[in-house]
Amino acid sequence: MIEFQDLQKAFGEKPVLQGFSLKVRDAETMVIIGYSGSGKSVALKHIVGLLHPDVGDVIVDGQAVSTLDRDGLTLLRQGVGYVFQFAALFDSMTVADNLALGLRRRGLDEAEIEERVQEALALVDLSGTGERMPAELSGGMRKRVGIARAIALRPRYILYDEPTTGLDPVTSAVIDRLMVRTREHLGVTGVVVTHDMRSAYTVGDRIAMLYEGRVRQVGSVAEIQQTEDPVVRQFIEGRAE
Amino acid sequence: MIQAIGRRSISAVEAVGRVGHFVMDMVRALADIGVWARLTIVQMRRIGVDSLPVALFIAAFTGVVLALQASYTFTGAVPLYFVGTLVGKTMMLELGPVLAGLALAGRVGASMAAELGTMKVTEQVDALETLAYDPQSYLVIPRVLAGTLMFPVVVAFAIATGIITGWLTSLVLLDLSTQDFIKGLKLFYVFKDVWFGLLKSASFGFTITLVGCIVGLGTRGGAEGVGRSATRAVVYSAILILVLDAFWAVVLL
Repeated sequence: MIEFQDLQKAFGEKPVLQGFSLKVRDAETMVIIGYSGSGKSVALKHIVGLLHPDVGDVIVDGQAVSTLDRDGLTLLRQGVGYVFQFAALFDSMTVADNLALGLRRRGLDEAEIEERVQEALALVDLSGTGERMPAELSGGMRKRVGIARAIALRPRYILYDEPTTGLDPVTSAVIDRLMVRTREHLGVTGVVVTHDMRSAYTVGDRIAMLYEGRVRQVGSVAEIQQTEDPVVRQFIEGRAE
Repeated sequence: MIQAIGRRSISAVEAVGRVGHFVMDMVRALADIGVWARLTIVQMRRIGVDSLPVALFIAAFTGVVLALQASYTFTGAVPLYFVGTLVGKTMMLELGPVLAGLALAGRVGASMAAELGTMKVTEQVDALETLAYDPQSYLVIPRVLAGTLMFPVVVAFAIATGIITGWLTSLVLLDLSTQDFIKGLKLFYVFKDVWFGLLKSASFGFTITLVGCIVGLGTRGGAEGVGRSATRAVVYSAILILVLDAFWAVVLL
């Protein structure tokens, strides 16, 4: 289980998270929605210790992330797959090497690494692209490689940072289907940060809206769709006013 | 005015603290030898072998100029075989290490800062961390270690090249015989000349690569930030090379 406990984070004078609290249950996919710059990605980065909270903490499997030393963080990260907004593929490596890097860190032998790489690429419908360089791939393919890199690790948790941003509707739907398939296939707990409501409704078990540094509302997809909160309503309907 | 001085002083102290913290992290990450050992070999090739052409090109012309300027300065008052002394001493003690260092600050320091800066702004460094790698052991140690080990090798070749072109120039343009050139070369030679130059270049290699890594990993913003980091790495490295050059002269000569 992942639990954000009264998380507060500011960059310079600008407060971003101001008491963000949220529980993500095991085996569910929690979608965090909110305006651009509302701190969704900032919250996500706290889960794996990429950012350190000013106040509060994130509890993952009973451990407070900010109190972990480097070895503790390494262990925690070995159980988490992270899909970055722009995929963050290592551009000096082939697709296969991008996937293999995390597996090598886990001490797997080369035969098993190869098997896992091929399996993950097949799962994202990219079999046969292992020897290509990231620069040769389209935006959608890069995102799928990013997902493959995360699922190749067979993690307990997968964190998706804006997985469909910048993609055309069809490719977005492909990514959504992939996230659902990943959850069904691996049974992992997922946290998805997005402002794409169609994607949120497709992949989420529950949705939380982050607004002014705190959770404005959290509930099932149906509850969010029927909300009477004017702020949440405006956001999910995409109204200017 | 006082506020501005105060702000600058605080930020200077903070910068020193950040560098100290960075170096401590790097020392701690040395324990992760399984990660950095293999990558160091790759970096040794990139930093050492690939830098040789630039360093040798500069050294070759420096040797020519040194021989001609020595002969011009002596103007009959000093025996011409002192050309060998001047070329040898100057290449070993000063121009070999410093010119190669300054050239490689541009080539190695800027490219390192740009490469790591791009990785930083495209979240590749974050991705590395989420894959349970420490950027210090994966990115920094291989580069700093390779720089420290390979700079003396590059400089040794540069010194040899400068002396050879100085000798060829003396032979062809100054009517100085090989025996006389070698006589001059040996005249005040002490082994310290060699290790002093090589120690200095190791410190330059350490500094250039460390600055490249610190500046690169501290990059913010997009392409503009990467460009700024590359420039900053060259400027800081060049300044530190000159400061270190003076430091070693004061301490060891």
